[in-house]
Amino acid sequence: MAEGIRDKVAIIGMGCTKFGELWDKSAEDLMVDSFKECMEDAGIEKKDIGAAWFGVHFEEQSVGKGATPLSLTLKLPFIPVTRTENFCATGTEAFRGACYGVASGAYDIALALGVEKLKDTGYGGLPGGPSLMGTKNALIMPKLTAPGAFAMMATRYFSVYGLNPEEGKSMLAKVSVKSHYNGARNPKAHLRREVTEEQIMKAPIIAWPLGLFDCCGVSDGSAAAIVTRADMAKKFRPDPIHVKALQIALSSGEELMYTKWDGAHVETTSRGGKSAYEEAGVKNPRDEISMAEVHDCFSITEAVTMEDLQFSPRGKVKEDIEAGRFNIDGPQPVQPDGGLKCFGHPIGASGLRMLYEMYKQLQGKAQSPERQIKNPKLGLTHNLGGFPPMNIVSIAIIGL
Amino acid sequence: MVGIKSYGAYIPRYRMNHNTLFMAVAFLGSFPAPGENAVANHDEDTLTMAAAAGIDCLSDAKREMVDGLYLATTSQPYLVRQNSAVVATALDLQSNIRTADFIGSTKSGTTALLSALDNAKGETSSNILVCASDCRLSKPGSPQEALYGDGAAALLVGSDDLIATFEGAYSVSYDFPDRWRASGEKFEHAWEDRFIRDSGYGQFIAEVISGLLKKYNLNIKDFAKIVYPGLYAREHGAIAKRLGAEPGQLQDTLLTTVGDTGSASPLMMLVAALEDAKPGDKILVASFGDGGDAMSFQVTEKIKSAAGRRAVKQHIASKKDLASYEKYLAFRNLAPMDLGMRGEISIKTPMSALFRERKVILSLRGSRCKKCGTPQYPYQRVCVNPDCGAIDQMEDYRFSDKRGVIFTYTGDNLAASIDPPSVYGVVDFEGGGRFWFDLTDCDLDSVKVGMPVEMTFRKRYVDESSGVHGYSWKAAPIRA
Repeated sequence: MAEGIRDKVAIIGMGCTKFGELWDKSAEDLMVDSFKECMEDAGIEKKDIGAAWFGVHFEEQSVGKGATPLSLTLKLPFIPVTRTENFCATGTEAFRGACYGVASGAYDIALALGVEKLKDTGYGGLPGGPSLMGTKNALIMPKLTAPGAFAMMATRYFSVYGLNPEEGKSMLAKVSVKSHYNGARNPKAHLRREVTEEQIMKAPIIAWPLGLFDCCGVSDGSAAAIVTRADMAKKFRPDPIHVKALQIALSSGEELMYTKWDGAHVETTSRGGKSAYEEAGVKNPRDEISMAEVHDCFSITEAVTMEDLQFSPRGKVKEDIEAGRFNIDGPQPVQPDGGLKCFGHPIGASGLRMLYEMYKQLQGKAQSPERQIKNPKLGLTHNLGGFPPMNIVSIAIIGL
Repeated sequence: MVGIKSYGAYIPRYRMNHNTLFMAVAFLGSFPAPGENAVANHDEDTLTMAAAAGIDCLSDAKREMVDGLYLATTSQPYLVRQNSAVVATALDLQSNIRTADFIGSTKSGTTALLSALDNAKGETSSNILVCASDCRLSKPGSPQEALYGDGAAALLVGSDDLIATFEGAYSVSYDFPDRWRASGEKFEHAWEDRFIRDSGYGQFIAEVISGLLKKYNLNIKDFAKIVYPGLYAREHGAIAKRLGAEPGQLQDTLLTTVGDTGSASPLMMLVAALEDAKPGDKILVASFGDGGDAMSFQVTEKIKSAAGRRAVKQHIASKKDLASYEKYLAFRNLAPMDLGMRGEISIKTPMSALFRERKVILSLRGSRCKKCGTPQYPYQRVCVNPDCGAIDQMEDYRFSDKRGVIFTYTGDNLAASIDPPSVYGVVDFEGGGRFWFDLTDCDLDSVKVGMPVEMTFRKRYVDESSGVHGYSWKAAPIRA
């Protein structure tokens, strides 16, 4: 049994830009912004960085290929920089690279920075669909979009658990009500308006059964982290945050091409969660994980993720949602910053943005008292890249 | 002895009522006419309809016994790249077969059938599948728009297990300039109707049928059914009268239910005649177009074995009104419609990959693991069954003839589509295998988890910048 990453690495600085339709900011501007905050937070200088990992997904839309966009923008002095790309897990992959870099002893200090400039496409939603899945898939797959792919999971969830569309959509609406409540209180969020269940239920359908408010925003943003070996962390700050688990799980193809998957859960999240809990020494996630930022690209994604991460029993998330379990004042707050729902999803930045919120909450430094979760011990982040039957999941657990 | 072994047909689901058409184009001075036309969906064309008719015809036949495919049409998507070869690939026929396109005239359907019958007589005694299909683009407001319908017929020709024996043929050829379309032109031109009717239609059909009767010393009254296209309703009856036939002998022209399907028309009517035929019936078939061909057939005892095809009757009954003329224009790309910036993303088909993956893309072939028996699409080298995982233990497996059920689905308003919402879903195949597909010929409200579906060969896109018509398979509700 491998030892895992638990308590070997600490985060000593983080930065996160405001997310939004930032028409007057380039990807390079966003990189500089998150880097600046991160370095100030860590209290280190550029020469202290041994290596960097750079996450960006739609490089065609913004910075171009390779890792030079980061080194050139930040004027990094001829140090190793590696670009990571793994769909929506891209940002967390950059973080994982940096953590493994310092944990191995190869570097003392490493930077992970993710960025995405999505709002130069000219249309809403993400670019892509089948064309992102390779030559053959582009010619045989349905011409699906992300909302459509995840809507099929909602259809399936409603069918498996016997919810009529009204009941199902009402459950999902409550997920978005909660996230909008939190986002409205977060100055860095893109969408900062509370919405009611009624507004959500009446919103135009994007991909049946998902309506406008079941879908996360699309935005520009960047986030960054500085990590070091745990034994060095206290040199930099009194309250470093420790990495407890870093897991990635990828689909094997059986969800899409074999006939056992029920379509109402995400196999990678379920398996990645188990591995992460094992790595972090978590026995009972429902009680031990204080808070989470999960991949709520769509309301249904958050709902099934609660079950896959064992926050809720299988098929029972509706009861927890209705009881307010995941609200900011509930026993297990989820998306305390407003989530992808209110931040939007600049792919390369999202994983690091989630870690930023967990990091600040763990330090007791959420911007305002009404946002601060009381005495959190462990925070979990989760990304799901691709589509429910073929995807990449990343899970990180961090704590004091 | 040679003849017909099996028949099939295809008529698209949509109909455009002539009243809808008239209301839209009346300002141009069009006249209302009774009935409706079958109109292809936006993802259908000559080749997809030919493939669908071929599937209906081959329903219980082994694909390996087909030695050739002849495609007859006047509306082929490609001038260079053999259209019949595309259809043969969609039908997953062997590669050691003969394929040919019969184009340029509405008599090409009967000409292809005659050629196939001649082949069957030859020493190789080959089984040829003849597909006749037309999806003709007519200029908005033109008389052809009200006349033309979309449809296809397929006949399997051979020398054994015949449902109808071929008894003889007679042809005439004239360079008759009633309609023409030069290379590079989108729409047909037509000369005055009265000229077409009096100098062509009324003359050639009578001439070719009389020639056949005389050549084989036959009596018109011996035929249970007489099949020839009905471009002009009154003249259609008048020809029969001049030939000495009774009105009851005339096969319905499908003119008010499907429309004039061009090269497919006489063969679709022949299929409809075969659907009602009794052993011993004689059927006379004639075409019209630059002259015409006439053929006589005699129905055998085996005709009963051909029951169960959707053929013409079931396809006519299974329909949905296309209530808007504007939607028809959009489907035919006759009026530029805004699909949003998403719709501006163009697809460049890598032709080398298309050829390499032709069995996966055009034939809907996957693989089945010889070790654990799991069917999987697309073709895999490593078995997807987590309890198996065998490497390179695969055999080819055809999914196009397997039914399935909807595992899950959505109706997507974000995806660029000329007919939103884009309906797609995940299909679980009978006997195993799962994949996601676009759904077609269905309305979102009618789709349910567990709904049975069948696979249908459809046009996926037309890339005008590189002149590529792309095809793939979609799922559709079982066409009742």
